[in-house]
This record gives sequence, C-alpha cells and structure tokens, in this order.
Amino acid sequence: MSDEQLSDRAPVIEPGYTFGTVTDKISSIVLTRPTSNGWLVGFGIAFLLTMMMLYAIGYLFIKGVGIWGITIPIGWGFAIVNFVWWIGIGHAGTLISAILLLLRQSWRNSINRFAEAMTLFAVSCAGVFPLIHVGRPWLAYWLFPYPNTMNYWPQFRSPLVWDVFAVSTYATISLVFWFIGLVPDLATLRDRSDNRWAKIIYGMLALGWRGSARHWHRYETAYLLLAGLATPLVLSVHTVVSFDFAVGIVPGWHTTIFPPYFVAGAIYSGFAMVLMLAIPIRKFYGLEDFITERHLQNSAKVMLATGLIVAYGYIIEAFMGWYSGNRYDAFTLWNRLHGPYAFFYYMLLACNIVIPQLLWIRKLRTSPVALFLISGVILVGMWLERFIIVVVSLQRDFLNSSWGMYYPTRWDWMTYIGTIGMFLAAMFLFVRILPMISIFEMRTLLPEAEVKE
Amino acid sequence: MKHTPIYGMMAEFDSAQRLVDAAHHTHQAGYQKIDAYSPFPIEGLAEAIGFTKNRVPLVVLIGGLIGGLTGYLMQYWIATVSYPVNVGGKPYHSWPSFIVVTFEMTILFAGLSAVFGMLALNGLPMPYHPVFNVPRFSSATKDRFFLIVFSSDPKYDAEQTRRFLESQGGRFVSEVPS
Repeated sequence: MSDEQLSDRAPVIEPGYTFGTVTDKISSIVLTRPTSNGWLVGFGIAFLLTMMMLYAIGYLFIKGVGIWGITIPIGWGFAIVNFVWWIGIGHAGTLISAILLLLRQSWRNSINRFAEAMTLFAVSCAGVFPLIHVGRPWLAYWLFPYPNTMNYWPQFRSPLVWDVFAVSTYATISLVFWFIGLVPDLATLRDRSDNRWAKIIYGMLALGWRGSARHWHRYETAYLLLAGLATPLVLSVHTVVSFDFAVGIVPGWHTTIFPPYFVAGAIYSGFAMVLMLAIPIRKFYGLEDFITERHLQNSAKVMLATGLIVAYGYIIEAFMGWYSGNRYDAFTLWNRLHGPYAFFYYMLLACNIVIPQLLWIRKLRTSPVALFLISGVILVGMWLERFIIVVVSLQRDFLNSSWGMYYPTRWDWMTYIGTIGMFLAAMFLFVRILPMISIFEMRTLLPEAEVKE
Repeated sequence: MKHTPIYGMMAEFDSAQRLVDAAHHTHQAGYQKIDAYSPFPIEGLAEAIGFTKNRVPLVVLIGGLIGGLTGYLMQYWIATVSYPVNVGGKPYHSWPSFIVVTFEMTILFAGLSAVFGMLALNGLPMPYHPVFNVPRFSSATKDRFFLIVFSSDPKYDAEQTRRFLESQGGRFVSEVPS
C-alpha cells in the first residue's frame, strides 16, 4: 500500500520543464551533442559482431545447414530458439506503445519511442532465422502466396504459413506505427537543425508536417485506431508462434496452455530488454528526468506479473505431464527433470521463477543496477525456456531408437551472438540520429499543456 | 482556391489556452477558413476552428473489411479451386484453419489504411507550404502556437482581420505570402 503511494509520488517527468526545454533536451542529443567515444566504441563492437553474423550466414549459404548442430531428431535447433526469443522480445514495444496507450497509461510516453524501435530491430533479428533456416534461402519467397508457373500455392492449414502472415504483418504494422509516431518529431528536428543536409533529410522524412489542428485531429484518430489494431495483433503473433509447436503432436509441444503462456513470456522478456536498454541510456544521456524511477518500477511490476503467469505455465505443463496419464508426456517431464539437459531446466527455473521474485522488494525495484542484472537473468531464462521447449522435446520422442543429442556448433553461436550485435548496432544508430523519446508526447505531459474549454 | 499573392493572416500565441480561446472567438466572429498550428495535439482545438468531419475511421473500416475478405477468399479459392490438396482428410474448405490469416490480413489492411488514409486526407507529404514562409513559424514545432485566417475567407480583409487577431491577443500578426 505504501508502495503504491510512493509510485504515485514519483513523477513521470521531473518538475520545472517547459515545452521549449523538453524539446531542446531531447533534440539536442541528436542535433548538437558530439559523438562520444563511448558511442563509437559501442557501435564499433556491435558492428563487428554484425559482420561476424554476416560471415557465419555467408558460410552457411555456401555449405548449407549441415554446418549447424541440427540433426535428426533435432531438426529445429538454435535457429528456431533464437527466432522465438527475438520475436518475444519485440512484444514489449507494441505492448507499451499500443496497449498502454489504450489504457491511458501516460507514463508510457517517455519510453514508447525507443521501445518501438527495439521491437522493430528485434523483429528484424527474428526474421533472419526462419529465412536462413529454410535450407534453400534463395527460395524463401515461396512462403508467400503469389501466382507462379509451378501452379503451386502455400498450404493454409499449416501453422507455419500462419506464422509467415503473423510475423510479416507484425513487422509492417510496427514499422508504420513507429514512423507515424516519429513524423511530428522529425518536423521538430527539421526546424531545429542548423545543418543544411540534416534539414533536407529530416524535412523529407517529416513529410511537410506543420502541426495543423486538422492534421492533429486525424493523426490522433489514426494513431488510436492503429493502437487498437496493434493490440490484438501483438497478442496474436506469439499465439501463432506457439501454434507452430502446439499443433504438432510432439509431447512437450502439444498443449493448450501454450498460447497464453507464450504471450506472457514474450512480454516478460520484452520488458527485461526494455530495462536493459533504458537503464544505460538514461544514465549516459542524462535522461533521468524523463525516464524516472516510476518507469523502472512500473516495468518491474509488469515483469513480476508476467513472470508469475509464466511460472503458472510451467506448473500446468508439469501437472499435465503427470495428470494426463500419457506415458510420453510423463516421460517428457521426467526427461526435463533428469535427462541430459536437466541442468538447463533447473537453470530455467532459477532464472525465470526464483530470482525474479526479488522484484517484490521495493529497494531492488528502484535500484537501476539490480534491475539491470535481474533483467539480464530473465533474458537468459527466457532463452533457456525456448531451448527446453525446442530441443529437449525433440531430443527424446516416441521411439528410443531415434533418440539423439543436440550440440550447437560455433556457427550457431556466431549467428546468434551476431544478431545481438546487429540489434545493438541498430539501437546505437537509432539513439544517434532519431529522437529516442517522443518529444510531442512529452509536451502533452506538461502542466502547461492543459486547456480548459 | 483563388490565386492571390497573400495566403492569409497569421498570429502567434504563447500558450495553448490562448490559442484555443482565440480560435474559438475567431470562428464565432464568422471567419470560416481558418486553421491553427500547435506543437502537440490539443483537445478541442479542431472543434474550435469548426472541423468536425473526420473520415479516418471510415477509411480504416473499409480497409479492414477489404483485408479480411481478401484474406478469406484467397484461401478459399486456393484451397478449393486452384490447388485442392487432401491434408489429413480435412475438407477442402476447412474454414477454422483460415481464421488466422484472415485476421492478420484484416489488421494489415486496416493498419495501412489508417496510416496512408490519414496522410492522404491531410494532404501529406507536402514539402512546400506557404506557412513555412513565416520566419517565426519554425517554433510551431517547439513551443509556439499559431492561428491563420486564410485570404480565401469571404470575411478576409487585410486591415480588419489584422486588428481582430490583435484584439484576440495575437502577437507578431503578419501576412503570409503565398
């Protein structure tokens, strides 16, 4: 109870700001702040990791998926684990920008922009994996229905085809949602910039935005409708991803708890990534006034809630393994607890269920360092969850003559770590060339923005 | 719009409240062709300048309906007419399997209609616009508020309109060259 009062007192934006100072503070990061050495080093490392990923993918295109650790029976290895992990991380951005907008959680205004950017980059990283996993990536466009001389069409009863539509719709809508949110701020940058080229480029991207009342009116309607459309969309994406598993009759996959538990897990890992980005960004760019303790606390609470839903999912999985009386389901549970990958299952329980309970303690919820570390643990845990689901379920299925083991190769690791580099490189570029906090939405939070009829 | 070298008369205000009040009074005084500019959306400002016809929701509805129909009919045609394949003994028209793609296509078309419909109704992109000729207008994306009476308004009169805007508390009232 006292906790609630504290979070009500902690402001969304520190007092003393005006329209002008908010604008200057955020736009100066892009326009006048010199590129720091820290930025160059960080971007350099991320860029090198991206190059490593391209190297690994280039070699894959020459040699084929045999360079990876996947074998029969484990045909879905790192590629699918990483795909699900990345796409899950993306969910927090849409949750923050769309669902919290509909719920009138105005504290979201200072974190929605970079959370949306994070979504976009995470979905891009996710998109890499199915494309390179198809074996013949130059034919990946066969996934889409288009008239062709083979007289062939996709098979719409397959969840894998649903996934193509869900993920590509999600990527498209996230992109336009993000860009539309940027337009008024791009106009601000156009008008604030002294550099001729910056003026031209921002001006072109701003589409000639001039802040007309008619434009704002339609803009707000369109933005609200997009949020309303993105809300069921974001819930549907991880639901459809979970169908990839749940529709298959593999013990450990074939369960009805998957859709809600995947969605909760996605938001869980997404908020962990938001915090891992927000905490260093607010520190290095001095944005503690805009991304306050309140944002950190609220994000921690969302993680705590979704983490408990995920824990419920684990409990139901284990319970159904026993209660169903199905010997294969029961064995899957036994194999998780005692099989060759048992260590990772206990790690998963520690990372996703036990350690995040520390967030009940208010002191840790308001400590950026503790939150950063716990978020890192959750991201590892959510990756392990997908590893357990994909690999451990496939590893020992119905016939023990076809059991096997999965060992990722260095190419698997290079591709995975490389996508983290690509993600970070994109984030580095984003904070340097675009306003990372929505300026016009911050203005609406100021007391002077209030108008009486 | 008739071609006059003058596009309108623009006044500057330093708070959202003053802009809304002035817009309200200007509209009540009989000026019909007016517009207001602000650095963030202000509730009630569009109503104050007499703008009520917002067709964005209709565009989105139509887009969503087209998307949903496209998605479903495409799958129906492919699965029953063009490429019928027996999968696990399921009927060719196995509609429950078609719901997901139908839903995604509805969202995709509706979302793109919202964005492009809004831009089209707003007449954007428009790189050049006469209001950008006013030097102080660059603060409209920062912390200043502007009201313009277009010269195409039947009540527009260089002297009277200027005096009226000044009486409403407008500062730096100036003509906007077209």
